[in-house]
Amino acid sequence: MNLDDLTRGTGEWLRGEGPLSDVVVSSRIRLARNLAERPFLTTASESDRTEIYRSLASDVTAAGDDDAMFVDLDEADTVDRDFLVERNLISRQHASGNGSRGVSISSRETRSLMINEEDHLRIQGLRSGFQLDAIWEEVNRADDAIAESSPFAFDSQLGYLTACPTNVGTGIRVSVMLHLPGLRLTKEIERVARAARDLHLAVRGLQGEGTEAVGDLYQLSNQTTLGKTEAEIIGAFSTSIIPRIVDYERAARETLSKKQPVRLDDKIWRAYGLLSNARRISSGETHTLLSPLRMGIFMGRFSKFDVKRWNELFLFTQPAHLQKVHGVSMGERERAIARADYLRDRLEAID
Amino acid sequence: MSSLQCERCHQAKATVHITDTVPEKTERHLCENCAESEGVIVKHQHPTTNEVLQQFLKHKAASTGHDDLVCPKCSLSFNDFQLKGQLGCPHDYTVFREYLLPLIERAHEGQVRHIGKVPKTAEATVHRQTDLVRLRRELRDAVAGEDYEQAANVRDKIRTLEDA
Repeated sequence: MNLDDLTRGTGEWLRGEGPLSDVVVSSRIRLARNLAERPFLTTASESDRTEIYRSLASDVTAAGDDDAMFVDLDEADTVDRDFLVERNLISRQHASGNGSRGVSISSRETRSLMINEEDHLRIQGLRSGFQLDAIWEEVNRADDAIAESSPFAFDSQLGYLTACPTNVGTGIRVSVMLHLPGLRLTKEIERVARAARDLHLAVRGLQGEGTEAVGDLYQLSNQTTLGKTEAEIIGAFSTSIIPRIVDYERAARETLSKKQPVRLDDKIWRAYGLLSNARRISSGETHTLLSPLRMGIFMGRFSKFDVKRWNELFLFTQPAHLQKVHGVSMGERERAIARADYLRDRLEAID
Repeated sequence: MSSLQCERCHQAKATVHITDTVPEKTERHLCENCAESEGVIVKHQHPTTNEVLQQFLKHKAASTGHDDLVCPKCSLSFNDFQLKGQLGCPHDYTVFREYLLPLIERAHEGQVRHIGKVPKTAEATVHRQTDLVRLRRELRDAVAGEDYEQAANVRDKIRTLEDA
């Protein structure tokens, strides 16, 4: 398997299936790990870094499935790296870093093992909809398998040791990506975000730290990693936080369809009109316009295409995907035109 | 485009660019703070390492004299850590422990003890530590209850574990 094979599909997290998928786009868990007896990357020399990379690359490959793909990020070009960021398989920081680093990606894109990101290893599990338990099982198993050949830095009081003390302990970060257009329209989104922050959760945009909530997509994640078990951290999301927000969003959609059906349909159909007629369009505007369509699909108010097709439009209009499919590198202006062409083409084919 | 000023506060650089298409096409250019106060974006709320560090530096003002502390393994000084926000090697947690714990406690809602997953290789050590904690408590209770036979018993168990 190679990177070009990935361009044929949307990958696991955008399958649009799984529990609560009308509101929960995807779920993710990542574990931060470092090799014992090795410096963290902040003080590692070039040769330390290369040794860490080589040692982990072989352990990770041995622990992975046969179809897993390994990408050497130091050698990969910018478009390929951005392509992996857009698919949520590596972080922005990992893409733009320097020196020996790489990622192993499982064939269904449910698991990615990032070597030399902020820590030596980041084990990530990613699935469509709300599936934290299945992800934890996969991530935990990968962690055990790799630990057999690479003992991780661990302290009996502080747990897994990480480069930044904010990740110490379990090293776990649970993130759930939510689509909340209803709460945005009823102007309740800030209240929900504030409630989430009161529960010590971080609220972010699509691609993690510091990114905007474009297209009504919000990522919720835990901030503390010490003093709780992994099961407790995951359980807080599963039993209270997420089901409650899903209920709020569904109630907001219900209110809108009862009290303002015309406003709602107008929003959906104007967005569709623009997407299927624009001659040039940015990826931000595309995501903003796609948002009401996703809501419309799940509310039964829009049936031109289903959520699978929506996911495809969402992913392939992002800059690196667009360039990957066209096979040429393009500047922002060219991409805006190519994006509009792509959208008209796809939407016309559906119609 | 990137050198635009925020049109709301006219001070900071505009980094958020919004195109509204309904009711008519309008463009707005805001800085991050103004965009957040208008509810256009949600800034990440995870306390950045800098925020945690700044809190920490405030705390540090009261306790000085360990800036020059250096890890013998990676040569990182505590001062380096304060500047970078990242540690240099796992051993730093041992060398700087006393000064790191207040920071860790603050970043993790008052918690300073890991109770989650333990790697198989460390299980024996961790179990020993938990056993020790439990036995010391038993010893204290035995002494308080003037059960000296039991206390001697527990003390021997503690010694064996400590020597292991």
